[in-house]
Amino acid sequence: MTDSVLSVRDLVIEFATRRGPLRAIDGISFDIAKGEVLGVVGESGAGKSLTGTAVIGLVEPPGRIASGEIRLAGRRIDNLPRDEMRKVRGKQIGMIFQDPLTSLDPLMKIGDQLIETIRTHAAMTWAQARDRAVFLLEEVGIPAAAERLMAHPHEFSGGMRQRVVIALALAAGPDVVVADEPTTALDVSVQAQIIALLRRLTRDHGMAVMLITHDMGVIAQIADRVAVMYAGRIVEIGPVREVIGRPHHPYTAGLMGSIPSLRSDHARLRQIPGSMPRLDAIPQGCAFNPRCDRVLDRCRVERPQLASFDRTAAACFDPILGHDAEVRA
Amino acid sequence: MSSYLVRRLLEAILVMVVVAIVAFTLFRFVGDPVNQMVGQDIGIAERDRLRAELGLDDGLLVQCGRFIWNALHFDFGISYKFRAPVTDLIAARLPATLELSLAASIFAIAAGIPLGVHTGIHRDGALSRLIMAGSLIGVSLPTFLIGILLIYLFSVTLHWLPSYGRGEVVSLGFWQTGFLTGSGLRALILPAVTLGLFQLTLVMRLVRSEMLEVLRTDYIRFARARGLTDRAIHFRHALKNTLVPVVTIIGLQIGSIIAFSIITETVFQWPGMGLLFIQAVQNADIPIMAAYLLLTAVIFVTINLIVDLIYRAIDPRIRMSGRV
Ligand SMILES: Nc1ncnc2c1ncn2[C@@H]1O[C@H](COP(=O)(O)OP(=O)(O)OP(=O)(O)O)[C@@H](O)[C@H]1O
Ligand SMILES: [Mg+2]
Repeated sequence: MTDSVLSVRDLVIEFATRRGPLRAIDGISFDIAKGEVLGVVGESGAGKSLTGTAVIGLVEPPGRIASGEIRLAGRRIDNLPRDEMRKVRGKQIGMIFQDPLTSLDPLMKIGDQLIETIRTHAAMTWAQARDRAVFLLEEVGIPAAAERLMAHPHEFSGGMRQRVVIALALAAGPDVVVADEPTTALDVSVQAQIIALLRRLTRDHGMAVMLITHDMGVIAQIADRVAVMYAGRIVEIGPVREVIGRPHHPYTAGLMGSIPSLRSDHARLRQIPGSMPRLDAIPQGCAFNPRCDRVLDRCRVERPQLASFDRTAAACFDPILGHDAEVRA
Repeated sequence: MSSYLVRRLLEAILVMVVVAIVAFTLFRFVGDPVNQMVGQDIGIAERDRLRAELGLDDGLLVQCGRFIWNALHFDFGISYKFRAPVTDLIAARLPATLELSLAASIFAIAAGIPLGVHTGIHRDGALSRLIMAGSLIGVSLPTFLIGILLIYLFSVTLHWLPSYGRGEVVSLGFWQTGFLTGSGLRALILPAVTLGLFQLTLVMRLVRSEMLEVLRTDYIRFARARGLTDRAIHFRHALKNTLVPVVTIIGLQIGSIIAFSIITETVFQWPGMGLLFIQAVQNADIPIMAAYLLLTAVIFVTINLIVDLIYRAIDPRIRMSGRV
């Protein structure tokens, strides 16, 4: 894609351990275009957060980017000097974390946290930054914004705090936002509001969003495309309707099967048997092969690469094609 | 806020009453006050007269009440050994101890916090490792040994600093200060360092471990993700969040600095309360010991109260909920 704001190529992230390096991310590539929301799904430990952390340049030892590259609007950012990367963070890439209750400094007024962030990235006077802080709080739907500047985080409810977190992440007007499970910690009723807010902000600002989540419902509502991760690799990526409606990779199909709301006609919830391998025990060939009900001999020795099927790409030697899916359902 | 303050004050008073009862028990039942005061050759009649004069024949409750009442008026009786009012003896010594303790506390805090921050931020740096190794020595060497080593180095060998006494003092009414003369300040250095060294390492290690803890929190990660500078992250966000536990410990440590200045005062012949207390123990001078006990308790309780108030200034969540 030529209009991609964020472009990740063959990213490999390793953790140094006593018994040699462990590969947590094993050669993943994806692009996100301006104004596009890429959903990232997968079981716990698949490497979703780690990928997001790499994008914003916060992978910490013993982890390190072993190879590959990350480009922001064409400029390579994965090998920037420390202080250069710091200037990219917040200003060009924002990040929203899962838990709004712990994301804010409990001892600092939220106005001060906003003003501090704004002034770190823009040459503004305190008064200008304060006006922008009020504007940001209004934009994320906090009532009586000007007064709330003086409030400490504990004076907000969880949903309101996540709005503050979003305002902080957007304070310097980033082009790319990584949202790591932004609604997981919230009440169901609040989740919908936050998703609606994110969707509105994405549209208004034309940001590229990497939205990490476990919630297929969220993906269906807000994402344009979705990447399915398994054991540090992307096993399927494509437009949301395609991937959810006609999954090609057996793992994707299994994930969809374990989401009751998407297949409400199914009485029982299908779980994928077994669990994801640990990093030090990833099987040869396709990492999913021990759990796969369509496994071929080839899957146990050779690693499948992403290949295109219609508008999606899946890494599978025996992908589910259109009529298969109906047979299985 | 004010109801909270009232509750804390009542608690403090309760603590003081309990301590006062302990002090009274000590005063009244450890040894016989009359025997302590008079020589062998005084007759029974004379002893009984003294006993009645001191009120030792009254009921225990009456005696205890009188003890507390007198204490409230800063009257702790007459020292057996010095034959002078205990209050006067302590008043003459208190400034020396408080000034020494203040200097030691400032030394411990002013050096301990920056060292803790540094070793917390640069956890694996060479300098951090050196500091940590050094602090281990600071913790494990007994105070008197540190004092003697410092005296040996800076007084005996280098002749830079005096090895004993308080130097010249200036009298500000009831307060004799050593802060205003050159010799007073020079005399303060070695004892203050000796007394503060242990607390320095304690403060440093605490700040370090709190920093390590705080630097792992989500809000620090989020602060990094917003591109804040290291300085803002380390000092505006991380250090401030370590302060609640650090203030607690520092408060308690200032209390123990004062209480345990005894050893340092002995090593440096520092004319403070600690030295007075040691002499009192040697002479079984109960009134002084009881007064010392009460005074130390007052200091501890006061510091605790101040620490609580500082908490509330630092942490808005405590202010809200009224919890401690
Ligand atoms: N400090 C570390 N040392 C070793 N391995 C690590 C470390 N941090 C993360 N990992 C590994 O990296 C892999 C990816 O973790 P990551 O947090 O990205 O998973 P995730 O997909 O976000 O899962 P979740 O849905 O639970 O958030 C995991 O297998 C994890 O064990
Ligand atoms: Mg995660």
